[in-house]
Amino acid sequence: MGENMTQNTETLKVMAHGNREIEMTREFDAPRNLVFDAFTKPELIRQWLLGPPGWSMPVCEVDLRVGGKYRYVWRRINGNQMGMGGVYREIVRPERIVTTEKFDEAMYPGEAVSTVLLLEEAAKTKLRQTVLYESREARDAMLQSPMESGLAASYHKLEQLLSFLDKEGTSV
Amino acid sequence: MQPQNKSELDVVFAALADPTRRAILARLASGEATVLQLARPFAMSQPAISKHLQVLERAGLISVGREAQRRPRRLEARPLAAATAWLEQYRQFWESRFQRLDVVLAGLKTKQKKRTRAIQFDGGKHDTEH
Repeated sequence: MGENMTQNTETLKVMAHGNREIEMTREFDAPRNLVFDAFTKPELIRQWLLGPPGWSMPVCEVDLRVGGKYRYVWRRINGNQMGMGGVYREIVRPERIVTTEKFDEAMYPGEAVSTVLLLEEAAKTKLRQTVLYESREARDAMLQSPMESGLAASYHKLEQLLSFLDKEGTSV
Repeated sequence: MQPQNKSELDVVFAALADPTRRAILARLASGEATVLQLARPFAMSQPAISKHLQVLERAGLISVGREAQRRPRRLEARPLAAATAWLEQYRQFWESRFQRLDVVLAGLKTKQKKRTRAIQFDGGKHDTEH
């Protein structure tokens, strides 16, 4: 129980590019065909794409073809619910997935476009996921959704500032 | 920390989007510096550096010292902290998901290995040809 994961080399990096884009990069200790499966098969998505503690994921539907739809719904113990979904725009197994995404109760106009890129090296996979929002307001609103704001954060230590700055920018 | 007003945060992110400006901030994190000192490692003209400094100053990320001659630049931690906290919150949320994904992938790898081994035993095929 409560086993701690010591995978420091695989830690997620997040960067904001310009005003509308967020990029995440992370390494996974598995070949990319498995990572691709984990991103596209409902029975696998359900195991990890969860909310904060106390949220379940009762709906996870995927129609994996270009133009096909997907839909995710998370539910909280107290009954609150949050849904999102979109359309598959590009599917290149096992390296690229482009989808549109929109939350049911989005506080912003338009859809965001998510691009998942999987690069394999020595049986490990590098994930680069970018989400391009239609506007700055949309990107900012994302972080204030009920799910995100449920996570209190108080991280303003200088080390963190520096590690953020030290990141060699892959920015365009 | 109170979230800053959005347009303020936006200016900070725009300022941080440039790698030269991030490097300048990293340099200033170890102490104040003059424009000349800041320009040196970048092989950049002084006016070019000054332009970057203006962007950083407008975003509130640096301030200019009083000393008339040197006018040293200083890092202002507050807006940077707000921007970082904002990203950190997002990061934490996704990292917890991805740690679960690590577990899922480990399970898939084990399954795959077992399957491969089973095929090897059953089929007895050898692809080493001489």
